[in-house]
Amino acid sequence: MKYNVDEKGYYGEFGGAFIPEMLYPNVENLRQNYLKIMAEPSFKEEFDQLLKDYVGRPSPLYLAKRLSKKYNTKVYLKREDLNHTGAHKVNNTIGQILMAKRLGKKRIIAETGAGQHGVATATVCALMGMECIVYMGEIDIARQAPNVARMKMLGAEVRPALSGSRTLKDATNEAIRDWINNPVNTHYIIGSAIGPHPYPDMVTRFQSVISEEIKWQLKEKEGKETPDYIIACIGGGSNAAGTYYHYLHEENVKIIAVEAAGKGVHSGESAATSALGKEGVIHGCKTLLMQTNDGQITEPYSISAGLDYPGVGPMHAHLHKTGRAEFISATDDEAMNAGLELTKLEGIIPAIESSHALAVFKHKTFKPDDVVVISLSGRGDKDLDNYIKYFKL
Amino acid sequence: MINRIKQKLQEDKKLLSIYFSAGFPSLNDTTTIIQDLEKSGVDFIEVGLPFSDPLADGPTIQESSTIALKNGMTTELLFSQLKDIRKMVHIPLIIMGYFNPMLQYGVEAFCAKCAEVGIDGLIIPDLPLDVYEREYKAIFDKHGLVNIFLITPQTGDERIQQIDAASDGFIYMVSSAGVTGSQSGFDNTQEDYFNRIANMHLKNPQIVGFGIKDAETFKQATKTTKGAIIGSAFIKHLHKEGVKGISTFVKTIR
Ligand SMILES: Cc1ncc(COP(=O)(O)O)c(C=O)c1O
Repeated sequence: MKYNVDEKGYYGEFGGAFIPEMLYPNVENLRQNYLKIMAEPSFKEEFDQLLKDYVGRPSPLYLAKRLSKKYNTKVYLKREDLNHTGAHKVNNTIGQILMAKRLGKKRIIAETGAGQHGVATATVCALMGMECIVYMGEIDIARQAPNVARMKMLGAEVRPALSGSRTLKDATNEAIRDWINNPVNTHYIIGSAIGPHPYPDMVTRFQSVISEEIKWQLKEKEGKETPDYIIACIGGGSNAAGTYYHYLHEENVKIIAVEAAGKGVHSGESAATSALGKEGVIHGCKTLLMQTNDGQITEPYSISAGLDYPGVGPMHAHLHKTGRAEFISATDDEAMNAGLELTKLEGIIPAIESSHALAVFKHKTFKPDDVVVISLSGRGDKDLDNYIKYFKL
Repeated sequence: MINRIKQKLQEDKKLLSIYFSAGFPSLNDTTTIIQDLEKSGVDFIEVGLPFSDPLADGPTIQESSTIALKNGMTTELLFSQLKDIRKMVHIPLIIMGYFNPMLQYGVEAFCAKCAEVGIDGLIIPDLPLDVYEREYKAIFDKHGLVNIFLITPQTGDERIQQIDAASDGFIYMVSSAGVTGSQSGFDNTQEDYFNRIANMHLKNPQIVGFGIKDAETFKQATKTTKGAIIGSAFIKHLHKEGVKGISTFVKTIR
């Protein structure tokens, strides 16, 4: 079984490029060039240099001793939270801004939910002196004021998405419409492993630095490159895709994906796409998505704005369908408590998205000699308001 | 039976087509609007199947789709509204909609139902040419449905030739870069584009859409093409006037 993208842009039956003709020239241009550009020595050099000196990579692989003791297993945390801007998102935006420059684009657009990808995009645009417009749902703008301020400080224009439910899905629609309106000079930096081919594959490759590092870091610490389990939270699936990438075909490494169950998978307020979704087309790709019987896309819910997306990337739909990955979901309560637990045990305040991955211990028991690697995709600074409200701090 | 769209394209005149979102302004306006448009002399009609996330549409059509969905429009309901339409209306009818609702209905079932109620063709902006040819063309052909593809000013010549070869009806020429309703009028750029396409001597006639809103833009758009489609401007009219005065609106165009 193959878990990478095929020549046509599919992961099994998922993926493809279901785009209006207006987007065809840009997406096709990207498709024809992305692998070539990524293989250029000068590209690799610039990408690696920026990841090292600007982002602060490699990110540590940290043996969480007290957490391990509590759950009687061996837990490593991949510390994406220590990256510049506080999450894994910047790995992708660095890669894509370099890509955009080589494609001759002058203007950058992006969508954002919680504002993490928006901040990471605004950051690299400031770094490269490029115009940056970030679409954000009107409701999210109100919920995530500090990140809106960050983006503005960085010189980005934050445009409210006023259509639909005015959250991440609609911000993505608006970004796509902007690209249709500006077909020549603009590059769209998608923030997750979603969208039309080649986006899921390109984003995955930029994020794959995560598992590339885990391999040699584990070798140093454990004497072998492969853990028993590799675990990540899934919104669209970019941190998960990067964390799994180099282990996809190592069948003895078990993959666990944690989705956001919100107030409970069947509560009507959930973002557990693999449990609730059906095959469909969203934002240019065929994947699993939450929708009505009539094919209208429904609005997900999670306490974590970064997991509040009605679909998953096509690679993950394929991992789910083939059974290569085990999908579980964590509720708001489970995630919040797992976040607080990590804070108390290890002195690390995680992003609420990452707290969902940490909630795996509520659902699974590991053996004492299992090596369990969890992607700590981001830090919790942005979520303090939510933690304060939730725990009445 | 020869497809009504192909027959209509034989007529020696510039064709006027109108788009509206089914279920807007009121849920059960669909057949009234279709009948009034035919009576007003419109040549063919695009019935919009509303979708929650219409990527290629600007605010006007997004809003009419949202209202239609709120009103309770569904794929099944649209087909039941259109059940007897061919007893009343003779001009070509095209369904324009996004792919996901059709996928959920089942593409085969959707096409069969289209043929049953007398739909002549489909416009599905987010169903790409290669996927259509690989997976769905046989189904469309079996049910006698014409599939309409879009081209834009950015579409390269080679791609246009490919689309022309795959088309069997007309080519939907998007007037300029942009979503529906975003164009302010036509200028030299459009004229160059219209001329470029005219000089390609494609086998399929072209119908222009996006940005046609009055007699002047209709005239400009049809100078070198077979016809033009009005969407957002008609939706705005329905918004203001409701279903009354459809013929007045059509008369302002030609
Ligand atoms: C810290 C963090 N983790 C995870 C995610 C979810 O995105 P993805 O599934 O693409 O990794 C986000 C999105 O905003 C995030 O900020």
